[in-house]
Amino acid sequence: MKRLIEFKDTQREIHNFRLRLALSLGFVLLLLLLLLVRFVYLQVMQHSHYQTLAENNRISIVPIAPSRGLILDRNGVVLAHNYSAYTLEITLSKVIDLKATIDELAKIVDIQPGDRKRIKRLLADNRKFESLPIRNRLTDDEVARFATQRYRFPGVEIKARLFREYPYHEQISHLIGYIGRINESEIAQLEEDEIAANYRGSDYIGKTGIEQNYESELHGKTGFQQVEVDAGGREVRVLSRTPPVSGNNLVLTIDAKLQGVAEQAFGNYRGALVAIDPSNGEVLAFVSKPGYDPNLFIDGIDEQSWNELNNSSDVPLNNRALRGQYSPGSTIKPFMALAGLHYKKRTPSYAISDPGYFSLPNSHHQYRDWKKGGHGSVDLFKSIVVSCDTYYYGLANELGIDNIYSFFSEFGFGKKTGIDLEGEVSGLMPSQEWKQKRHQQKWYAGDTISVGIGQGYNLVTPLQLAYATAILANDGVAYRPHLLKEVQSLRTSEKRILGMNQESNLNLNAEHLALVKSAMVAVTQPGGTAARAGAGAPYVFAGKTGTAQVIGMKQGEKYIESKIQEHHRDHAWFMAFAPSDQPRIALAVLVENGGHGSSTAAPIARKVLDYFLLGKLPQPLLAVDEAEGAEDD
Amino acid sequence: MTRRRLWQRFVAHLDPVLLAALGLLLLVSLVVLYSASGGNWFRVLAQMTNILVACVALWIVANMPLHYLMRAAVPVYLLGMVLLIAVAFFGEIAHGARRWLNIGVTTIQPSELMRIAVPLMMAWYFEKHEATLTLKNYFVATLLLLLPVALIARQPDLGTAILIAASGFYVLFLAGISWRVMLTSLVILMASMPLAWSTLHDYQRHRIMMLLDPAQDALGSGYHTIQAIIAVGSGGMFGKGYLNGTQTHLDFLPERTTDFIFAVYSEEFGLFGNIVLLSLYLFVIARGFVITANASTYFTRLMAGSITLTFFTYAFVNMGMVSGILPVVGVPLPLISYGGTSMVILLLGFGMLMSIHTHKKLVQT
Repeated sequence: MKRLIEFKDTQREIHNFRLRLALSLGFVLLLLLLLLVRFVYLQVMQHSHYQTLAENNRISIVPIAPSRGLILDRNGVVLAHNYSAYTLEITLSKVIDLKATIDELAKIVDIQPGDRKRIKRLLADNRKFESLPIRNRLTDDEVARFATQRYRFPGVEIKARLFREYPYHEQISHLIGYIGRINESEIAQLEEDEIAANYRGSDYIGKTGIEQNYESELHGKTGFQQVEVDAGGREVRVLSRTPPVSGNNLVLTIDAKLQGVAEQAFGNYRGALVAIDPSNGEVLAFVSKPGYDPNLFIDGIDEQSWNELNNSSDVPLNNRALRGQYSPGSTIKPFMALAGLHYKKRTPSYAISDPGYFSLPNSHHQYRDWKKGGHGSVDLFKSIVVSCDTYYYGLANELGIDNIYSFFSEFGFGKKTGIDLEGEVSGLMPSQEWKQKRHQQKWYAGDTISVGIGQGYNLVTPLQLAYATAILANDGVAYRPHLLKEVQSLRTSEKRILGMNQESNLNLNAEHLALVKSAMVAVTQPGGTAARAGAGAPYVFAGKTGTAQVIGMKQGEKYIESKIQEHHRDHAWFMAFAPSDQPRIALAVLVENGGHGSSTAAPIARKVLDYFLLGKLPQPLLAVDEAEGAEDD
Repeated sequence: MTRRRLWQRFVAHLDPVLLAALGLLLLVSLVVLYSASGGNWFRVLAQMTNILVACVALWIVANMPLHYLMRAAVPVYLLGMVLLIAVAFFGEIAHGARRWLNIGVTTIQPSELMRIAVPLMMAWYFEKHEATLTLKNYFVATLLLLLPVALIARQPDLGTAILIAASGFYVLFLAGISWRVMLTSLVILMASMPLAWSTLHDYQRHRIMMLLDPAQDALGSGYHTIQAIIAVGSGGMFGKGYLNGTQTHLDFLPERTTDFIFAVYSEEFGLFGNIVLLSLYLFVIARGFVITANASTYFTRLMAGSITLTFFTYAFVNMGMVSGILPVVGVPLPLISYGGTSMVILLLGFGMLMSIHTHKKLVQT
């Protein structure tokens, strides 16, 4: 009996067991079905989505930076070029501890504290660098040393890159400018202009000068390479390649040799010189002294050099030719003379008797001539040759500021010339409205008198004065000054010639022009204020000296140069064009704190003219005899 | 003895049906491993060695009479427990977990042993108390299960702990634990979830969170899952072709030869290949069920059922984790993934199945 019950129990047990086994099988089938559903979902329904993801994983678009266009002078002299060198670069996403990696690398290649600072700044720059340069311009030894240790540094690679170099260093620096690493605000600008994609492979962009102004020509078109990459980002093979298009070469209007002569002629003086071909507006020389070495800026300037440049009392970073604003001084007189003739306030033969000062009717205030006792009888011709102040005090008073303003505006005073450089300033040509707006004061007759000899409110840049000189030299036909002569495409060897357009014609009276020009020629000849600078010139050139006061003199006080601190001395001006009958060059020279125009500025102009017209390289600067220099205003 | 009779004795305890299915799966393993390892013959040869060793283990166990197995249950379980406790105190730490024990010549992972020892012990226990099974016995059996599971979970080795828990649960379930007790336990388990959560390691919690949304940490822990899903999904209907998986061969897939080998297979052979693989697994499982259903004793029924269901669980958890429906818990794909211990343990289990199937008649007579 007992056995039977037990047996029945076993039967039930087996029945129960098989039921549970069947349930388990159902459970297994259900879960396998779940997997199958999941596979169908992933591999059929979502297949294209994951296909795309897998392709994106696999294929990486690598930009290939184009090589930047060269900058050449008008004769093909290279002013900015590229060279290839090895750099050590870190791909940030692949390096865990950047500092430790750099410390390790420092044992193999030379990494200066300056390099570390630069890296830190680049990191702080917030730009997502695909790779960060640790060291530029590795030596062959360093390349070899790293190559043997390379396995220790995943994510660190040696790359051959093109570097910009400015072979003229401090010369022409203000004109060429420089490139530098692209910063956050420049990225924003590129994105706004919708050209950011073209900069994906580029680390540099033009920051100042020609490099900045013609960035779009110089940069070129970025190429792309489709590469298959593995999970570590290493290239496995190249799938397709769109080559980059090199940037265009720029041929400037500048004559590098002339520029060199001009820079050398300045010696240790600060100042600026702009020389223009009056017949087409081509800028032949564009000097701002002192210069700086643009090569320092390419990879971020180191702190010490920056402080030296930035804190120097010589302000080498200031582009004086473009942005320096100075009182024009007596260089304004030829234009005043033309205005006087134009508005019929003066005739060529009308002469005043100069007592050495000018007073307004009903006023005791004396406007002094630079020459005590005056120049005697002075007509228009002589007024320019001897730079008679009294003549122009009276003329300015009679012309009135409104006429002066409108006549001078025609010559570009108080306006940007529109040269192809960023950052030009407009100088200042004062008017009644300007004074009301700026100083909330009405215009006084005395204001006009100061303006008449270029010592009033008016301010000019060396570029503006050179432009005005060129217009005068070209008989009133104005060409916008420009630095770019030609764009050469390397790919198509196509050349585009730019900027020959006539800007305007002032329609000046030929007789008036001839008179003023002849007076300016006389300036450089015996009896003129620049006679010494003109002595022995085998060509005829026209000029005008000028002096811009830096500090005001009290009534009756004598200006004695040797007693005044160097930085308070007057600025010396000289404007010139040559040859006088068919001008090929017009220029303006400013020498900061140079004292008299005739003693410092005019000799520089003479050297430039000698080289330009005669091909004559200058002798070492002649010592200027200070005692004899008091001949001009 | 003639050669023929020798052969007959050699294969007497092997199940040809099961053996054929296992052979196909092992062949797949070698083929996929060659691709997954990037054409590394050494990897393939090493796996062949693993298979060979495991086959020897299979043959030995298959030829072992069942009472040998039963007798081994208690010593093996006790040995496993001692080793697990030793690991908890003297174990070596690697990858943030204390799983290995250095026994001088080599390091061993006692939790692997428990994969066999736990169901064996439980089945032995039920067999011993077969005649007078009460709730108390189920409770004791549960304790026999939970002790090693808790120790392994603490190492921490969540994957192994869950799978051993599953194998033990299958024994309990097949041993006939009442539905009411099961449901009550389930409710208690659910209620204690928050408590369990608080005892989990950060990386385990993270993995569970990752299951819900792998994309939230696409470059960190989620990377593996996402790359695996991309591999599977991009495989499409028929796959990218053998040796042509881009995710595999461009290093995007992690642990390609071990835990994520299914992604390699799936990328190169597509949905079609997956169905073939699922069918092979299903065939092995079905054969296991047949053996289980026909097993003669309580012990062998429980053992065979647990072995079969645990094998399925391994396969499901691995494929589920690679295709992104289960968290990444570090479970290899049974019979396919590279690895010696796993292979030996698995084939040992199938050896037991064969032994159960072929020694039945001997027991009955």
